[in-house]
Amino acid sequence: MDDYLLETRDVVKRFGGLTAVDRVSVGVRAGEALAILGDNGAGKSTLIKVISGVHPPDAGEVWLEGRPVAIRTPRDALAAGIETIYQDLALAENLDVGANIFLGRERLKRRLGLKVLDDAAMRAEAAKVLERLDIQIPSLRATIRTLSGGQRQAVAISRSIYWKAKVLIMDEPTAALGVAEQRKVLDLVRTLKDQGLGIILISHQMFDVFAVADRLAVMRRGVKVGERLVKETSPDEVVGLIVGSETVGAERAAVKPMS
Amino acid sequence: MEAAGVAGVEPTRARVLSLLAERWLFAFLALETLYFCFAAEGFANPNSLQILLFYGVEIFLLAMAELFVIVTGGIDLSVGYVLGLASIVGTKLIGALAGAGVPPAAALALGAALTLAVGILPGLVNGWLVAYLDVPPFIATFSMLGVCHGVSELIIEGVYAMGLPPLAAELGSGHLLYYAPGAGMSFLARPEVERGTEVWEIVPNVVVLAAVVIAALWFALSRTRFGRHVYAVGGNRDAALRAGIPVRRRLLAVYALSAGLASLAGLAYALKYVSGKADAGAGSLLDSIAAVMIGGASMFGGSGTVGRTVAGCLVIAVLELGLRMRGTPTFDKYVLVGVILVGAVVIERWLPGKGR
Amino acid sequence: MNEGATTAAELAPGSRGGGFLESRAGRALARNWSAWFLLLLLVTFSFTGRNFLSIGNFQHVVHLQTLPLLLAAAETLVIVTGGIDLSIGFVAGLASVTAAKLMQLLAAAGLPAGAVIALGAAGALVLSLLPGLVNGLVITRFRVPPFIATLGMWGIANGLALKLSEGFPVAGLPGALPRLGNGYVVYLLPGEFLSFLGPPAGFPEGRIREVWRLVPFSLVFVAAVLAALAFVLRRGRFGRHTYAIGGSVDAALRAGIDVRRHLVWIYVLASGLAGLAGVFNVFQTGIGNYTTFSAMYELFAVAAVVIGGASLSGGKGRVLGSAVGVLVLAFLQNGLAISGVQPFYRYIAVGVLLVIAVVIDKLFPDLR
Repeated sequence: MDDYLLETRDVVKRFGGLTAVDRVSVGVRAGEALAILGDNGAGKSTLIKVISGVHPPDAGEVWLEGRPVAIRTPRDALAAGIETIYQDLALAENLDVGANIFLGRERLKRRLGLKVLDDAAMRAEAAKVLERLDIQIPSLRATIRTLSGGQRQAVAISRSIYWKAKVLIMDEPTAALGVAEQRKVLDLVRTLKDQGLGIILISHQMFDVFAVADRLAVMRRGVKVGERLVKETSPDEVVGLIVGSETVGAERAAVKPMS
Repeated sequence: MEAAGVAGVEPTRARVLSLLAERWLFAFLALETLYFCFAAEGFANPNSLQILLFYGVEIFLLAMAELFVIVTGGIDLSVGYVLGLASIVGTKLIGALAGAGVPPAAALALGAALTLAVGILPGLVNGWLVAYLDVPPFIATFSMLGVCHGVSELIIEGVYAMGLPPLAAELGSGHLLYYAPGAGMSFLARPEVERGTEVWEIVPNVVVLAAVVIAALWFALSRTRFGRHVYAVGGNRDAALRAGIPVRRRLLAVYALSAGLASLAGLAYALKYVSGKADAGAGSLLDSIAAVMIGGASMFGGSGTVGRTVAGCLVIAVLELGLRMRGTPTFDKYVLVGVILVGAVVIERWLPGKGR
Repeated sequence: MNEGATTAAELAPGSRGGGFLESRAGRALARNWSAWFLLLLLVTFSFTGRNFLSIGNFQHVVHLQTLPLLLAAAETLVIVTGGIDLSIGFVAGLASVTAAKLMQLLAAAGLPAGAVIALGAAGALVLSLLPGLVNGLVITRFRVPPFIATLGMWGIANGLALKLSEGFPVAGLPGALPRLGNGYVVYLLPGEFLSFLGPPAGFPEGRIREVWRLVPFSLVFVAAVLAALAFVLRRGRFGRHTYAIGGSVDAALRAGIDVRRHLVWIYVLASGLAGLAGVFNVFQTGIGNYTTFSAMYELFAVAAVVIGGASLSGGKGRVLGSAVGVLVLAFLQNGLAISGVQPFYRYIAVGVLLVIAVVIDKLFPDLR
């Protein structure tokens, strides 16, 4: 059973009096996509921020490849091979594609004894990884500002792939995209699975989840309330888990205004 | 995508506009210079360039200080008073060392080094407040402005700080190269020729100093990892943070650099005018920020280059010298710099490729 | 907002676990901390400084703060919208010089002193609206950031004032000016007389120092202007819209507020208040004064506004809070001077106060 690539064990995260994540254990295997679902405020985003080092957990552990890892900062997560693509993509819009793929890990060359940015090499590497994922960008010199939403998503994904991610966390990857671009991004997710990555996906779009995920975990008010194999469940059952299956109508009315 | 659309409809217009977006500043600078060549007697002379660079040294250095801070999305209001403080500290330290029997050259070098070390302190505090306490840069650097003003008054004893050794004046108003046609040339010191012999003075020492520093800054901002991080912090702080860039350390370094450059400007002031003064840089807040903005940087961070900031400084320096030579009171300068500042930002917004 | 709760918690790291900071008393203390601090200053200096605790000294301090008080009110309006106006200090100087120049011209044309003063002041006030109009239009029509637009005006107003005055204070104005600007409402010499608006006719000029002079005109004037502004900002629709824009321009737009127009009015009003401050300064000093660089009126106005509880990101701030901010800065200077402390420590104190103000603003993001 312990063949998880990455798993959380009883992770707890509190903000003041609020317990945003309460003893949550989930795991993802290599070549598998795990979807995490839940209503607004259910704790999904906090959970992935714990995994990606933005919020160190108050209790519990994160295990990677069968060993506990200490992830206290985003840097730790990146060093461990955990890449995260946030909803806002975290790209520097004023810089070009190459600069963004290498952001924080710039490639340098020596010139007259000084360490100098090697933009040419960074662009060449960017071109290679974009080609490997079959992504078209008009010009590698273009700043991110001039790219479309799907192109930006592709740049963000390319960045993770380039850095040999083992686990890729995606927060609402298709939220701000047109239909054609959504399809491309989902194709990209399948490609990444085939290349052996573990993918953790947060999405509101039931369609996305059933299209690419293998397993799903549902959170409600900071607690994991269920876990299903995608091929053994149905959208109806999942919605029931998200809002609380017993009293679907009443719960819905009570939960919604809180967001 | 949008640019391509425009190009399809009206290719020449789009090309002209994007060319303008790139080059308008240089065209403006050329026109401005040309205007003063005709309007101000004596301006059309290669020596004018030396003079305006000589008088503009502090503005060049302060604008560089401001540039780095503005690229991170901040602002540094304290540079003018850090300049003043450094001019006083520098004058007093070098004077005291020389008075204690240290040879003048050593006193100068040691005093300058100590002044720079002291001058970085306000920047470290600014950076700490901004990066670690999340105090808005406006507030943090304004507080520091007051503190520098206070410290200056505490140590100055009088209106001017004095007591620099004669060597300081020689260096401050001296030139790199002297050339007396027919009688030879010499570096740093005026050749011993008969009175009345024509001597060409080539490149003031303080300008050489500023040029070397600016070249180093150009390199740091455009070619190094540090520079790339500065742009990233200003472009998207969250992205920089998540990419593992030590954002706080970078901010601290940028504010320290800013204060260091302002202190260097203060030393240049002290050498040029052989004195120090608390409000030596009080009027340069507008000039230094204006130079950066005229150079096309965004107030919100993420853009701005050393080269274009130099051009922005030149716009102001040419204006200052031209107006002086034309005999118009310098009051006009403030009005015109204000107008050019706002005009430049309007133009930058209106031209394509600068959507910010 | 996705997971809004966690974001809010992140913004206020100190709010962990409730406790004093979240209690009613804690919030009340935070809301009016500058007023409490002012009180503390007054009490402390009353012990440390001879003659600090006297009506004369208090009146004197407030009298000298007429200009900063009006500028802080102007800056409050702008900062509540999320903008900043760096030009008000030099606009005040320009208005002062303009008023003086106009009065010189009118006097040269042979008008009676009363008309010279009234027309000169009114003319300068009207002209002082122009810099604000330009600021407002540049900011709203060309989308130039307020910092830049008003920094440009900083230079323009300063240059114009220097040009008009040729670099010297404008003197030779009607002698009635300083009497108007420095007069008191009540004159009292116990046992001899009580008169209003001036000492009794025939009272020897030499004995004026024995008379108790109470309630300076400047205090009445400033109190009236600030009260009117405070009322408009807290109770009027104009004020409600001002806070709405500072809170969220998008929300204000969707609520049907004409944001551009409103902002133009804000900058015009700020500029007009600066003009009022400059013109009143002519009454106080009897000459037209341009603003010097080292005065830094605009920066001290921002400082007072921030100490008074406003946030530079907009949506928060009170006219009377800013007035308290001005008084904190003023009494700090006055009290330290009277207590014989090096002025240097005042600068340090101002810096520390500003940082405290910002930290309190961060701990209590929802205080108004």
